[in-house]
Amino acid sequence: MTERERYEAVVVGAGPGGAAAAAALARNGVETLVLERGVETGSKNVSGGLLYAEASAPYAIDDLFPEFREAAAERPVTDYYLHNLAGDRVKTFDITDLHEHDTEWSDAVLRRKMDSWLAERVHELTRETGGGLLTGVRVNGLLREDGEIVGVTCDELDPIEADFVVAADGVNSELARDAGLMDWEEPEEWFQGVKAVVDMPEGAVDDRFDLDDGEGEAHLFSGDLFEGVRGGGFLYTNEDTLSIGTVFHLDSLVAEEAEPHELLDALLTHPLLARWLDDGYEELEYAAKLVPDSKKVAHPSPHRGRLALVGDAAGQMQAQGPIIKGMNHAVTAGALAAEAFVEARSRSDPDAAGALYERKLREEGVMEKLRPRRYRAVRTLAEHDPVTDVLDAVLDSPVGRFGVRALGDDLERLYGSPFLSMMVPDTRTPYVTLPTVIAEELGDPVETKNGVTPPDLADRIGSLTYDVDVGNPHIELVDDAVGASGDAVTACPVSARDFGGGCYREETVRTNGEERRVVSLDTQPCVECGTCAVVADTDWEHPRGGKGVEFRQG
Amino acid sequence: MNTVVLTKGVPDFREGQVSFDEDGHLERGETPTVMNPNDEHALEAALQTKVRRGGTVSVMSMGPPGYGDVLREAMESVYADDLYLLSDREMAAADTWATAITIATALGKMEPSPDLVFAGFKTADGETGHTGPQTCWAYGMPIVTHVVSMEVDPDAERLRAKRLVEGDIEEIETVETTLPAFVVADPEFEPSYRRAEHRLRHKDLREETRERAGEHEEHLTVWDHADLNLDPDYIGLDGSPTVVSSVDPIPKAPAERDATMVDPESDEEMAAVVDEMAPLAGGE
Repeated sequence: MTERERYEAVVVGAGPGGAAAAAALARNGVETLVLERGVETGSKNVSGGLLYAEASAPYAIDDLFPEFREAAAERPVTDYYLHNLAGDRVKTFDITDLHEHDTEWSDAVLRRKMDSWLAERVHELTRETGGGLLTGVRVNGLLREDGEIVGVTCDELDPIEADFVVAADGVNSELARDAGLMDWEEPEEWFQGVKAVVDMPEGAVDDRFDLDDGEGEAHLFSGDLFEGVRGGGFLYTNEDTLSIGTVFHLDSLVAEEAEPHELLDALLTHPLLARWLDDGYEELEYAAKLVPDSKKVAHPSPHRGRLALVGDAAGQMQAQGPIIKGMNHAVTAGALAAEAFVEARSRSDPDAAGALYERKLREEGVMEKLRPRRYRAVRTLAEHDPVTDVLDAVLDSPVGRFGVRALGDDLERLYGSPFLSMMVPDTRTPYVTLPTVIAEELGDPVETKNGVTPPDLADRIGSLTYDVDVGNPHIELVDDAVGASGDAVTACPVSARDFGGGCYREETVRTNGEERRVVSLDTQPCVECGTCAVVADTDWEHPRGGKGVEFRQG
Repeated sequence: MNTVVLTKGVPDFREGQVSFDEDGHLERGETPTVMNPNDEHALEAALQTKVRRGGTVSVMSMGPPGYGDVLREAMESVYADDLYLLSDREMAAADTWATAITIATALGKMEPSPDLVFAGFKTADGETGHTGPQTCWAYGMPIVTHVVSMEVDPDAERLRAKRLVEGDIEEIETVETTLPAFVVADPEFEPSYRRAEHRLRHKDLREETRERAGEHEEHLTVWDHADLNLDPDYIGLDGSPTVVSSVDPIPKAPAERDATMVDPESDEEMAAVVDEMAPLAGGE
């Protein structure tokens, strides 16, 4: 038997967190191997699409990759709006000031383009150290010796030893779960986002949004258009496309039995969107992603032995009110994890890297952004159903409505307060009731007719690219009872009631004269979001390297 | 580790590429020449050896000057270092015997001499499967055929290979031999890269070759019979003992099932179908 391979550091996943970690490690001379499961880097990666560089953060992506903005990003966000919707009434707040708070810059991005560009730089940097970046390799677990983590195991490669393992393997991190640091148990700890990348005719983004060179917009939408599901919509301008999506609390999606693709359609077909979209609507890609709610799941101590978690794998996704930041925290965390290992190694104590990483996350203020104390204080008070009911009732009453009217445009100022946005509770009050009342009391009707016809789910699945691992499904349904796994039929973004072409469906099975309703699963159309891992009873793994869905936009 | 891969340009028999005349004869001028599909497996085996053990890969072919494109294609897929084309009117119309003599002589002229020679399992046009073993016999080294996986130990100068033995049941046989050796790769050959360092080296080679393939003619050596010091009486058509007496078109394979044409408009014929199917529907 040949000797086991060994690298100083192994980084699992080449999204922004993994890329940042690998670049920082390589620049410090650490022999670094990066393993990415996609057929090309970026082909598995989806995000809403806004990347921030925060003034207060020790690392931004262009610190690590100087050409980043010109080469890999779309448009910057120079104006940011929040739309409160009630029926066809709209009240728009300009929240550009809030957006610019602590922001050096912020760009819309498409992940296939961005991550594949990053991967080339990362490969060049890491190759010089004796490592490099490989695609099509799925890391499936941790390599242990005497109970200690000593490396990783892969589908495509023999086990690899490392002094430091960075798990940047995304929201469904198999390493975080192998280490017992994260689980897929509680729907209220997660959001689910779905997104359409919409093709725009040449020049249409500039014309319809009235943009000049170097300008771009971001829009958020909330109110009564999402069947009472807690969450909202977004629209970001790319170079020649738009990213339009919706993000909802997973527990609320499940409770309302809402179909994610229909909620996206509700946004796409809202009269307000007719400003920017016409009946020539052409969708390039439909994608979905699970999003951790850092307020609840950002791991305060995201390491174990030689393993450090960064980015979504560690729950480092900040969604507080209109502030939605994920990739920037992954970049910072990745670079801090690298820094921690380099320092620990120079003190001949590489095993101290994890604890040092945790300390850096705290001292650099990252953890406070992810798990703000103010939110925790408000949460204990505000996230109780009776409190929500009272708040909603007051808001909806003549008294509340009078208040909203009296505040008028001062509300815009309140919405623009970073201090307040940190405290927004996760209830239907800020997501649904308040925006609806604002639009009803202060808004004006939109009279434009929306001519958009979104593709149906079958067409959306049909235009995705898959390399199916035939005979080797990556998800197994452990319990097919409707009570255990039935929620997946609606919550899965590529499944729906009365739709036979998706992943999950309900069926009647007759055996021995008995009739039973069961849930059945076909993983072929899976977009690997991980929703069913939380809401159904499954054994969930990523497909082997290079297999499964391949996003072209991301 | 210096390896040589033997390859041949053959008519592209794929649907839409190949062209036949009214009598069913191949129209050579209308059909493009491509690398023999089976040779891909020989190239993969050679590449695996280069990635794992370092050294060089040379690709050799015998044929008209136009084969340069076939060699370039081979260079791109195997990241070859050098290309050799044995090309001469005197070599034309050779059978497997005369071809083997020519190639074996060329292998003997190479410096440094090859440690491993790879060939594919028979060509798409001749279908004999003779040229590889005959070349090996003429050159004089051990041969392992039907190789599905292999590993070289350069220090011990040994080759260990798994070969597919087809009989009533398929068996895998593991054999060992000394280097230099001749390897015929089976179409079932699977390259295996289970170490990250090998995949990284593979990636490096791809980068290097991208530039090299653009100027592949600079890496091409052409030898004629004089370069190889071969007597024209022993090569090409004159040196070929094979006599082609006649050529028959390949008979069509007989159908495995009988079909009866039924006119769906004819009630009578449709009724006959129903009568025939009815017992089956009843589970008989």
